[in-house]
Amino acid sequence: MYSDDYLYTKEHEWVRVENGEVTMGITHHAQEELGDIVFVELPEVGKVLAAGDTLGSIESVKAVSDVYAPVSGEVIVANDLLTDKPELINQEPHGGGWIAKIRLSEKSELDGLLSADDYEAYLGEEKKH
Amino acid sequence: MTQRVRNTISIDEKLLFEQAPGNRSSCDFPPLDVPSGEMTDYLPAALLRDDIPGFPELNEVEVVRHYTRLSTYNYNVDLGLYPLGSCTMKYNPKINEKLARIPAFVQAHPLQLHENTQGCLKVLQKLADLLVKITGMDGVTLQPLAGAHGELTGMMLIRAALTARGNPRRKVLIPDSAHGTNPASAVLCGYTTVTLKSDASGCIDLDELRRHLDPDVACLMMTVPNTLGVFEKNIQEVARLVHANGSFLYMDGANFNAFIGVARPGDMGVDVMHLNLHKTFSTPHGGGGPGAGPVVVVKELVPFLPVPVVATRPDGNLFLDYNRPQSIGRVAAFYGNFGVLLRALAYILREGSDGLRQVAENAVLNANYIRHHLSRDFHLEYQQPTLHEVVFDDKNQAEAGVHTMDMAKRLLDLGFHPPTVYFPLIVPNAIMIEPTESESKAELDAFIDTMRQIAREAREAPKLLQDAPQDIRNTRFDETLAARKPVLTWKGTGPA
Repeated sequence: MYSDDYLYTKEHEWVRVENGEVTMGITHHAQEELGDIVFVELPEVGKVLAAGDTLGSIESVKAVSDVYAPVSGEVIVANDLLTDKPELINQEPHGGGWIAKIRLSEKSELDGLLSADDYEAYLGEEKKH
Repeated sequence: MTQRVRNTISIDEKLLFEQAPGNRSSCDFPPLDVPSGEMTDYLPAALLRDDIPGFPELNEVEVVRHYTRLSTYNYNVDLGLYPLGSCTMKYNPKINEKLARIPAFVQAHPLQLHENTQGCLKVLQKLADLLVKITGMDGVTLQPLAGAHGELTGMMLIRAALTARGNPRRKVLIPDSAHGTNPASAVLCGYTTVTLKSDASGCIDLDELRRHLDPDVACLMMTVPNTLGVFEKNIQEVARLVHANGSFLYMDGANFNAFIGVARPGDMGVDVMHLNLHKTFSTPHGGGGPGAGPVVVVKELVPFLPVPVVATRPDGNLFLDYNRPQSIGRVAAFYGNFGVLLRALAYILREGSDGLRQVAENAVLNANYIRHHLSRDFHLEYQQPTLHEVVFDDKNQAEAGVHTMDMAKRLLDLGFHPPTVYFPLIVPNAIMIEPTESESKAELDAFIDTMRQIAREAREAPKLLQDAPQDIRNTRFDETLAARKPVLTWKGTGPA
C-alpha cells in the first residue's frame, strides 16, 4: 500500500521528490478516515509556505480538515482537476489525487519525514491508541 | 419494537408550484379608496403581462393544509427526545411563549421614546443583571444575535482592550477540543490561531499551554466543559498562566447548562464568555434562529461593550446610553433579539437559583444515565467522567461493517432524532449524545433500549443498518452526490 518511493508525515501526507520539486497529497489512510471527499480548497500558486503551515483544506461528508505543507517552499502547481473531481483523492490518493507541487527550499527537512515502514508502524500505533 | 413516533398522515406533498393551477384565489381586497386607473398609466406595456405560467393560485384552506402537512415531516423537541450533542435541544417551556406574546411587548417599536418603553428597558436591564450575577462577571452586552456572533463580539472586546494597553497582539490559542466556530471567530477578528493538543484525558495540557504562551498571545479560547463533556479540572491554573502572560481567557459558554447555578465562570478567572440563550436558557433553537448570544465580561472590558447599554437616570428612569467613548460600537440593529431575550428572562425567573442549579444537575444526571447504560454496547474513547454529554464511537460495530452514519440513520426508522455524528473531531466517527435535563427516565429508557437494539442488529443483521432508513418518507440520500453536485434551484415541471 505505501510505496518506498514516497516519504510520509504524521499528519498523513505523502511526498515524492524529483529534482528539488516535491509532489504531495494525502495518504490512503487519510482518505479512508475522511470518507467521501466533496470539495478541495487548493493552495494559491506562488504562495510560499513553511513546513506545517496550512496549505489548503479538504471537505468530506464527515468534516473539513486542514492540509499542511509537509515541507517548506513555494507552491508551483496545484492539481486543478480536483476542483471538478474531488473524488480523485478517494480513488487514487497516491496518484491522480495529488494536491500540489512545491519547490523545496530546505532539503534537510526531508530527513525528518517518515519512510514507508516507519509510517506503517505509526499507523499501527495509532490504531492501538 | 413498536414505532414510538409516527406521523398520522404520510402524503407526498407537492410543492405549491406543482399544485394544479386554477382561479382559486380567496383573497378579498377592500373597496378602493383611491381613484382607479389603468396599469399602463403607471408602467410601460413591455413590463406588464396578463398571466404568469405555472403560478400557483390556491385558496386559504389549501395553503393551510400545504404547510400543515409539510410541518408533519419535521421532527421536533415537542415530539420527542432530540439528543443532538453540543446543541442542547432542550424543551422550550410554553410560558416563555405566552409572555413573549403580550401585546405591549409585541407592539413596542424600537424607536419609541424612552418614556413609553420603560417596561421593555426594564426587561433588558433585569436580564443583564441576572446574567452578570449567574456568571459572576461585571458587565454584559445583550446585542449579539447568535453564539458565534457573541464569540466575534467577545474577541473584538479583547482586541479593543489590548489595543488600549498598547498592542493588540497577533495569536489566539485554541484547544483541539473547542467548538469549531472558535477559530473562525478569532480569524474574523484579525488573529491567527494556534491549536493546542489535548492531553490523554481530553483536557488542556498545561505543558503544551506553557510552551505556546508568548508575548504575541492575545487570548486562550476554551470551551468548558469541552466538546467531550469533560470539565477542565485545571481551569484556575490555566487562568493564572494566561493572565501572567498578559493574555485574556475566553470561555465559550455554549455548554454552560452543564454547570449553571453550581459554579461561576467569573470565580474561575474567565474574562469573557458568551452565552447561548437558545441553548442554556431554553429559547427556541434551530431553523437558523433567531438566537441570542449575550457576552459577559470582567471590569477591564466593560468600557468597550457595544452601545447602547441600558442605564438609569438620577430620577430612576431607564434610558439607552450611547455616550460610551471607548465602545466598539454596535454589533446588531437596535438592542438584539428582544423577543428571545424576554423568553430567557422568563425562564430564569421561573427557575430561580435553585431551579437553575437543578437544570445543570439533571442535565448531567441524564447524560451519565445514558453513558452508564450504553457503555457496554458502544465504545468510549475517553474514560474521564463527563458532564452533560457523552461521546461514543463506532469501534465496536465497525468490524461488522456498521458505521456511525448507519446507526444514526437506523435511529430515524426507530422514531428518534439521531445524535450529533462525526463531531467532535478528536474522536474519530463520534456519536455525541446530549439528552438535556428535559427528559424523563421513561424517555431515556426508551432511547437506551433503542440504541441497544441497534447494537444487537449491528451484530446480527448489519444490512438492516446499512440500508436504513427504510420506514420513513425518504430512504438514504446520496449525501456525497448532493455535496459534490448540488442542485440549489427548483427546475420545475410545469410550463417554463
